[in-house]
Amino acid sequence: MNTLKKFLGLVWMVLGPLAMTFLFLQAIDKVGLTHTDIERTNTMLQWGIILFIFLPISLGLMIFGFYAWKGEYDHLPERSEGL
Amino acid sequence: MTNGTGCQLSFKCLSWETKYSKSLMSDTLPRNNIFKVIGASSLGTLIEWYDFYIFGSLAVIIGHQLFPEDAGASALINTLAIFAAGFIVRPFGALVFGRLGDLIGRKYTFLLTLVLMGGSTFFIGLIPSYKSIGYAAPILVLILRLIQGLALGGEYGGAATYVAEHAPENKRGFFTSWIQTTATLGLFLSLGIIVITKNILGAETFGDWGWRIPFLLSIVLVVVSIYIRMKMHESPMFSKLKAEGNVSKNPLKESFNNKANFKMVLLALFGATMGQGVIWYTGQFYAQSFLENTCKLDFNDSRYILLWGIAFATPFFVVFGAWSDKVGRKWIMLSGMLLGILFYRPIYQLFLDDTDYTKIEQADILSATPAPVSSVLIANSTDSLRTVSTKVMLRSGASFNKVQIDTVSATKGILLGKEVIKDKVLPTPVFWKFVGLIFFQILLVTMVYGPIAAFLVELFPTKIRYTSMSLPYHIGNGVFGGLVPFIATLIASFSGSTPLSGLWYPIGIAALSLVIGTIYLSNKRDENIND
Repeated sequence: MNTLKKFLGLVWMVLGPLAMTFLFLQAIDKVGLTHTDIERTNTMLQWGIILFIFLPISLGLMIFGFYAWKGEYDHLPERSEGL
Repeated sequence: MTNGTGCQLSFKCLSWETKYSKSLMSDTLPRNNIFKVIGASSLGTLIEWYDFYIFGSLAVIIGHQLFPEDAGASALINTLAIFAAGFIVRPFGALVFGRLGDLIGRKYTFLLTLVLMGGSTFFIGLIPSYKSIGYAAPILVLILRLIQGLALGGEYGGAATYVAEHAPENKRGFFTSWIQTTATLGLFLSLGIIVITKNILGAETFGDWGWRIPFLLSIVLVVVSIYIRMKMHESPMFSKLKAEGNVSKNPLKESFNNKANFKMVLLALFGATMGQGVIWYTGQFYAQSFLENTCKLDFNDSRYILLWGIAFATPFFVVFGAWSDKVGRKWIMLSGMLLGILFYRPIYQLFLDDTDYTKIEQADILSATPAPVSSVLIANSTDSLRTVSTKVMLRSGASFNKVQIDTVSATKGILLGKEVIKDKVLPTPVFWKFVGLIFFQILLVTMVYGPIAAFLVELFPTKIRYTSMSLPYHIGNGVFGGLVPFIATLIASFSGSTPLSGLWYPIGIAALSLVIGTIYLSNKRDENIND
């Protein structure tokens, strides 16, 4: 199980930047498809919110993957006082 | 200054609270006392949820009030974006008020959040419409919505921590699950008050100004709750820490600068609260939005379905919370996620199939009554919009309005609009089938949400518990969950998408959380949280 945890850590580390790239490309694509000024402002606002929120979370996923890859989750503390 | 019990905040008082704490640690807390703690905590939390959700339940009407009349679908999406903004700031509220709760105590912190929440809700009810003050209207509502989000970010962690720190160790899941019911009951209360207000005032008056009443009513509920909370004691574990001089000096630093703790925050987020959040908001909010905006169900019908579903499912929060005390929290929560992943698309396909009235035969129609044709002049133009509407009753007991809006132009003649079927009222058997489908979705909510408070409380030590558990909870619920209606509606509006495309967002997030939770989470319970 610990090997699987470490291997998947690499997956999460890759998934973070992939998610960021996907969101950026989607934002550019959807804003580019808009026709009128008001529609463009609305679309930019909507995608601005999405990027503002999900980019730091993608970074968090990368850090989570890094910890998993380093074996930090191999043995979880059984009591919170162990933290 | 008193602590609400008439006791001066002095050494004498702290020593009383320490004695009180010791009695709690040895599980001798009288049963009626723990129910008083739960009752007082839950009432305030319920009211905060009520305040938070009336905005979402009235998104369509508020959209008409806050944005120009010709904004169309973007008014709804922008209103949902303002609604979502309240969720987005919840993690910041968790940090601000979590820190405060770990520094000055649970009781005073969640009294403050209650005042902020009630005040901003009340003021949303007073905001003039777009017609009166232009774009200042949505901007002011956005600011108040942000305050609401900050307050809620501080409230929940405090209430859950407060109850857990009073509860005996073998019943923590059971007792905290009462706090978990408040979110759903807050939604129930908001829907109930909206439906009652609308039925009393009539649809037109409600859309005009009556929608403000549920917001204004909040101030009465908040005053009652503040009165009750003022009478509560501080958490015994926090009082003990305070008496011993062990209160954290910098909870934020200790929560997130300490790798051992930070890695648990990340695990709680990605392995539990992220998936739990999307299951929660799909089952209760996206379901309602889908029935109303995609299936075009009647305003009241869509809310009655949700009300019945919530009423039948809510007791299961306590059932799953109590069960998690016996079998552990992990597998109950992950099972709820798995069932959501498997069944969301079939359920929503049934919603679509059963409300598709485009293929009805002439023989199915009982009556078709045309309404008087109405015309409205388009602003700054000589053209006008002509609305042709027909009320159709079916032999099955169903009914709907067939509406067509044509543009009458002086130069181009009449441009026929697309016929839309809306305000659908379901026949009784289909209505109850929908109640069953919503019940099932909320049952999944109870599985993922019932044990989560106990799970989070047990993950972190007392002196940084409020801060540490609040952040993953509010990112999972506020961001991943709260954005479900907004992102799913947005995805469904892309060209080439189907009405079910929006479901890929909650399904994908729940699947990721299920994998991470299955592999990395432990099913063991930390019985002693007094550390």
